[in-house]
Amino acid sequence: MRSSTNPTLKPPMDRRAFLAASASAAAAAAILVSGGTILCPREAWGYETKALAPETMRSLIRVSRDIYPHDRLADRFYAVAMKAQDEKAAADAALKDLYESGMAKLDRLAKAKHDAPYAEVGWEADRVRLLHEIEADPFFQTVRGGLVTGIYNNQEVWPLFGYEGESAAKGGYIDRGFNDLEWL
Amino acid sequence: MAAKFDLNDDGVVVIVGSGAGGGTLGTQLALKGIRTVILEAGGRHNMEDFQNDEWASFAQISWLDPRTTSGSWRVARDFPGLPAWIVKAVGGSTVHWAGASLRFQPHEFKTRTTYGEVAGANLLDWPLTLEELEPWYAKAEDRMGVTRTNGIPGLPGNNNFKVLKAGADKLGYTECHTGNMAINSQPRDGRGSCQQIGFCFQGCKSGAKWSTLIAEIPKGEETGKLEVRANAQVLKIEHDAKGKVTGVVYADKDGAIQRQKARIVAVAGNSIESPRLLLNSASAMFPDGLANSSGQVGRNYMRHMTGSVYGVFEKPVRMYRGTTMAGIVRDEAKHKPDRGFVGGYEMETLSLGLPFMAAFLDPGAWGREFTSALDGYDHMAGLWLVGEDMPQESNRITLHADKKDKYGMPVPNVHFDDHPNDVAMRQHAHRQGMALYESVGATRVFPTPPYPSTHNLGTNRMSEKASDGVVNKWGQTHDVANLFVSDGSQFTTGGAENPTLTIVALALRQADYIAGQMAKNAI
Repeated sequence: MRSSTNPTLKPPMDRRAFLAASASAAAAAAILVSGGTILCPREAWGYETKALAPETMRSLIRVSRDIYPHDRLADRFYAVAMKAQDEKAAADAALKDLYESGMAKLDRLAKAKHDAPYAEVGWEADRVRLLHEIEADPFFQTVRGGLVTGIYNNQEVWPLFGYEGESAAKGGYIDRGFNDLEWL
Repeated sequence: MAAKFDLNDDGVVVIVGSGAGGGTLGTQLALKGIRTVILEAGGRHNMEDFQNDEWASFAQISWLDPRTTSGSWRVARDFPGLPAWIVKAVGGSTVHWAGASLRFQPHEFKTRTTYGEVAGANLLDWPLTLEELEPWYAKAEDRMGVTRTNGIPGLPGNNNFKVLKAGADKLGYTECHTGNMAINSQPRDGRGSCQQIGFCFQGCKSGAKWSTLIAEIPKGEETGKLEVRANAQVLKIEHDAKGKVTGVVYADKDGAIQRQKARIVAVAGNSIESPRLLLNSASAMFPDGLANSSGQVGRNYMRHMTGSVYGVFEKPVRMYRGTTMAGIVRDEAKHKPDRGFVGGYEMETLSLGLPFMAAFLDPGAWGREFTSALDGYDHMAGLWLVGEDMPQESNRITLHADKKDKYGMPVPNVHFDDHPNDVAMRQHAHRQGMALYESVGATRVFPTPPYPSTHNLGTNRMSEKASDGVVNKWGQTHDVANLFVSDGSQFTTGGAENPTLTIVALALRQADYIAGQMAKNAI
């Protein structure tokens, strides 16, 4: 249980690599892999993984969105949530293995059923069916559990849900609409 | 100025815990001139240090020491290491409570007589009536500044209350208002009025909410008769060859083991820690634990029938703005067995911030059914359901066979199974809560399951006969004259009402009793 944070991803450090990756990207891929880094040209961020293979990280961001899909949230919020788990895995070999082997299993299931790795299965409903097959696994529960705080305790997402957060420093809501509901 | 007593001073009253029971008792004894030491397991925070941030505050004030769970209740599955959501800090759970201050109804002191035999329930009448407790309720309400008592106006209704009230009117409920709240609606007792901050659970940052931390203990310390030792975890109560308690062993802030002598010991560590301490104080003379000749220590654990309902509306509500629980419907609190269950329940406004809503709306849920609910967060209204649950002997606190805390004390296991009456009441309450919101246009409603327990009750219950319970009508243990229980674990049955007002009333009454017994040299 950690306190809320304003985690950020850095813009890609190596501009050349970034552009090269962008240029070679398949049009549909929102997140690219370049060396040990994942890049999201659309949102202009990159992340060098600490423990997980970048391909695994990219797939886990897809998994994250499928677990807690909010169409108004950019990929970076899911990436930030998974970044926290990647950093934990960097200090915990068993955890790293849990993510890597769990994602490998999910990819195997996807290939058997759809002839494509998980992240490239086109329909969300198909991917969610795959997730249901593994939802009792420690892998799934670890990823999901981390996302509950990883996504929803990120102060940057709060305004997107209409949650205003801290209020005491602003004098509470006594003069700021605690009873402004008029539609009833 | 706060007192400082010697460890070998065997004339002091030692109280374990500084919450609604212990903090009130200690302050009241000090005001009577009785030298008192409160040992509090948690640290001491100033109200300026409280945080309008759910998870940060949770880490700051919650009781997070290891606990285990068992039984068929959903909390054991969703939060296996966190059976209760209570506080480890000076002020105890009065730091976290929302302020709802309701008196029991007359029949709730006589449930065995009123409800008759309920299969599987260990019902018992309190050795106490509402008439006897009424003067103490009145003192408690005055002391805590409860709205709608003593000429104190009600709090203004916030957005969440407006929705509750409109729905209550639509359903034909007649008893709906902004509650009897120990939160100042106007300045009183040196504390200001509510600023509608909205983080009541995270420790009130304006001081409008009554807590023993800010409204009692400082007054006790001012007498020079009260010492509060923070970060002092009591491990064992000791006794002499005559079976009278002589003091307590505790780990101090540095983890060093200390022994504080005492003339009287009062246990007020909440309904999980209090029986844990009595059980862990077993000796050759008391092999089953202190004050446990009845075998009832730790049994009859109650946690109130609870649940929540959230509704999503076409237009914004912003339920999180303003006082969290200043809104109540009391129509269902009565005992009306034609509903298919005994006892009743209250409906009270409740809101969670986005971080806690994600964790508690439907623990473990994922996918679009869940996330589309959260997408409606600022259009949500919420209410909490809190009703009387059945005491059952098998619902109990026990010492874990091999898991120990950092001091080597066995961790408590909390076992709970819902009674069929609890299940029937929850179904009724969920249905009524959903109907209430649907009546004013909710497009979607959620029957949310119980959170980790905030109302922990009954594990050292009061009884007329020594064979039926642990303490008498004064909270004095049947077995040991100078050992008292001063928290909600005394409750014979739980009532439908939030328990704090009753705990405070019992503590004030107990203080008079203890002072009288000391004056007579009876203890």
